[in-house]
Amino acid sequence: MALTETLEPVQTPEARKGYWAGVAQRLARDPVSMLCLAVVAALILAAIFAPYLGLADPYKGSMIARLKPIGTPGHLLGTDEQGRDMLARLIHGGRLTLFIGLMPVVFAFFIGSALGVVAGYVGGRLNTIIMRVVDVFFAFPSVLLAIAISGALGAGIVNSLVSLTIVFVPPITRVAEAVTSGVRSLDYIDAARATGASALTVIRVHVIGNVLSPIFVYATSLTSVCMILAAGLSFLGIGVRPPEPEWGLMLNTLRSAIYVNPWLSALPGVMIFVTSLCLNLLSDGVRSAMNVRD
Amino acid sequence: MSATELYDRLPDRGGPGQPLLTVRGLRKYFPIRGGILGRTRAMVQAVDGVSFEVRKGETLGIVGESGCGKSTTARLAVGLIERDEGDIIFDGDALGDTLSLRELRRGIQMVFQDSYASLNPRLTIEESVAFGARVQGLSDPMGRAHGLLARVGLDPARFAQRYPHELSGGQRQRVNIARALAMSPRLVVLDEAVSALDKSVEAQVLNLLSDLRAEFGLTYIFISHDLNVVRYISDRVLVMYLGEVVEVAPVDAIWARQAHPYTRSLFSAMPSMDPDNRTEEPPLTGDPPNPIDPPEGCRFHTRCPFAATLCGRKVPKLRKIGADGHLAACHLHDPASGHPKAGKIA
Amino acid sequence: MFSYFLRRLILVLPVAFGVSVICFLLVQIAPGDPLTAIMPVDATAEEQAAMRAAYGLDRPLPVQYAIWVGNLAQGDMGRSIATGRPVAGEVFGAVQNSLLLAVSAAVIAFPIGIFLGFLAGYFRDTALDKAVTAVSIAGVSVPNYWLGIVLVIIFSVNLGWLPSMGAGPGGSRDWSWNWEHMRHLVLPAVTLAVVPIGIVARTVRALSGDILSMDFVQALYAKGMSRFDVLIHVGRNAAATALSVMGLQLGYLLGGSILIETVFNWPGSGFLLSNAIFQRDLPLLQGTILVLALFFVAMNLIVDVAQAAIDPRIKRS
Repeated sequence: MALTETLEPVQTPEARKGYWAGVAQRLARDPVSMLCLAVVAALILAAIFAPYLGLADPYKGSMIARLKPIGTPGHLLGTDEQGRDMLARLIHGGRLTLFIGLMPVVFAFFIGSALGVVAGYVGGRLNTIIMRVVDVFFAFPSVLLAIAISGALGAGIVNSLVSLTIVFVPPITRVAEAVTSGVRSLDYIDAARATGASALTVIRVHVIGNVLSPIFVYATSLTSVCMILAAGLSFLGIGVRPPEPEWGLMLNTLRSAIYVNPWLSALPGVMIFVTSLCLNLLSDGVRSAMNVRD
Repeated sequence: MSATELYDRLPDRGGPGQPLLTVRGLRKYFPIRGGILGRTRAMVQAVDGVSFEVRKGETLGIVGESGCGKSTTARLAVGLIERDEGDIIFDGDALGDTLSLRELRRGIQMVFQDSYASLNPRLTIEESVAFGARVQGLSDPMGRAHGLLARVGLDPARFAQRYPHELSGGQRQRVNIARALAMSPRLVVLDEAVSALDKSVEAQVLNLLSDLRAEFGLTYIFISHDLNVVRYISDRVLVMYLGEVVEVAPVDAIWARQAHPYTRSLFSAMPSMDPDNRTEEPPLTGDPPNPIDPPEGCRFHTRCPFAATLCGRKVPKLRKIGADGHLAACHLHDPASGHPKAGKIA
Repeated sequence: MFSYFLRRLILVLPVAFGVSVICFLLVQIAPGDPLTAIMPVDATAEEQAAMRAAYGLDRPLPVQYAIWVGNLAQGDMGRSIATGRPVAGEVFGAVQNSLLLAVSAAVIAFPIGIFLGFLAGYFRDTALDKAVTAVSIAGVSVPNYWLGIVLVIIFSVNLGWLPSMGAGPGGSRDWSWNWEHMRHLVLPAVTLAVVPIGIVARTVRALSGDILSMDFVQALYAKGMSRFDVLIHVGRNAAATALSVMGLQLGYLLGGSILIETVFNWPGSGFLLSNAIFQRDLPLLQGTILVLALFFVAMNLIVDVAQAAIDPRIKRS
């Protein structure tokens, strides 16, 4: 065996680390992303641990303490139109708002990826059927589709989750299909097929790992829109039902107070805005952190 | 690990006289869809009526311009593309008859031109090499992968855990060869496998391929547009033009005498190292005709210096023109064809 | 050009069919019996069955769909359950108001978005670029129904400059071109313009930045062309893409104004839609969604054709 390696340059064996570790490292160097991550994490943690934070009862109202202004002793952020503590309701409100605002994208990520990968890998007639149905859903602006389905199904947490998931499956499917078709044409897929592996094995070992990260990045860019839509459904009265604290719903019920205590009534919207802004910036950060190698 | 441990070779069935692979009347048209309803508007006649044999232990070189159907033929033979028509017979067993696609893939493996695109960027090279053996349920896939990596000149201790982007082009192509061998195939199709490499690296890989052929008793189909490389590694050469076979001959025979005018112009375009051996044939001019609508009769007649009226009407058959198994599809070599210059040239 | 238009038109038909199927199914997924809203509580089983037959609700779904589409083709979208008036009339009146709002928002948003985006693209990586990028990210992140409320608080409640509700004085539902009506249009149109400003600015920034760094622009400078003339060249190259983004945004504005119309009590399609939802007026819901979605499909078609007219490369591909 007289094979020499001397003629071929050996590339510097960089310190071996996983792909995601590299992404995390680059993300950690971006101050804006880190700030947004901190805000989102704080909101999520506050929402999860809301019952243990020693806040006032978010459901307990008081006829005499209605619409107290921001800074009232005992009610740091004032009280709402039924005299309930705003701070407690805003923090408790994060539970449903974030849940309904983020979970549909998670569901749609799994459903859309599965549909798109199958359509992109199998191709042919199955691809045509799936993608034509997706095209039809693209004929609806997302706000309209969400309101149409929620309006027909009626208010409720589960109905909101269903309608928002339906809204986000088609765009994720479209991206997943495009990415998968691209990967499908590469030689390593042919090489894998030439081993006699089943389509499922080839998808599992060779396709999924190479398509998931672009689909994931795209899905993160949808979380902000999903938040706004989820709160919007509640704002319209076809999302979460009263008396649950939820930012969109609170924004709606406090509208009657804009002549009495205007800035108080804008508070729930500030929460929605801050969350959606941080989600957007964080998604941009993740995108640029992941693009470095490609 | 010794060669026998690395290799679970399929048993020979028909004996040395039976060709390892016989391809008969292979045809593949790719539809071009268009218009409103995605109807088929035209067909690209990528491979049309291709027949050939690959003998046990030999290397068959396939040459031709890009777009002539070399790669499609290879992918058809490996079963990566479904054929429209024709027989693929592997050591006496016809695909779809006594041979399943899965069995065929166990017997034939392929190495592609683009060494980077043919490795999954998210798998370490040992995982890529072991994948096929694992799929086929061969014993100890990882040990086999390491043994083969060592055999193709990549020390497993240094390389097994690396990702494709951490290797050079030549190293990646060695990985691809190891990956093909991990299936213990009898036939390996090398589709422009060394074309993208630097000349010095190309020579190393060619030597490696020769060594492996001897060691594991392999048979190769070697596809290339580089005639010098084909001459170096092949026993016989098959020339394709626009989806058809125009000439087949042992390598020495075809270097001595190119029977088909297309082969002749292909060879004359090859740079020669010998100043006395100057090109006298005119080089080929123009692009090959559109394979959607290939010329009637002999497909080469539009560019052939010897074309007669007959050539545009009648398709020449591949026929024997020498004792050494030299075949050509040209009316010039058929005295009965009626071509005015039949039998007079070359 | 005309054949391209025809080809696109024929491609749109299956989409329009799919849209109609989805709108039809909307009523089917709604919980409860559609009859309960119109039947008296004490109706007998026979009366209910008779009503069911009268509305065709006893037929199989595909037949119901065929009847529905057949009626649609004749301009009959059914009758509103709440008001008993034909849905078509209600919807078209409301869509006119929505269109007015959407076009006004577009008139505000597009020039501002193009201007900001171009500034950012031209002065790439400067403080100006960063400021524009921040504004556009804030624009696409803001829940516009909340922004509407904030604007009302500032301009109606605190300053008292502009009205906060309706399309005209005294809850007028019909638009007319006078000062009072225009004043009512300002806040909702500005609110609605914020998201497209962000999106258009982002698109134009990317486009002009890319084009300015292309070789042909260097060549134009090298030829001695003035800065302004170069900008004209660049603008024409960016026009096709920018146009398609803006066309789609106009479609989104019409379909997406529902929340804004609710905030401002604007008597448009969104207002109609939320009424339909709360009165469980399913024919009205269905009709409104159908018209808005088909408008969006038509908008897509127009954008495609206009883009092809500007950019000859598209027709060939």
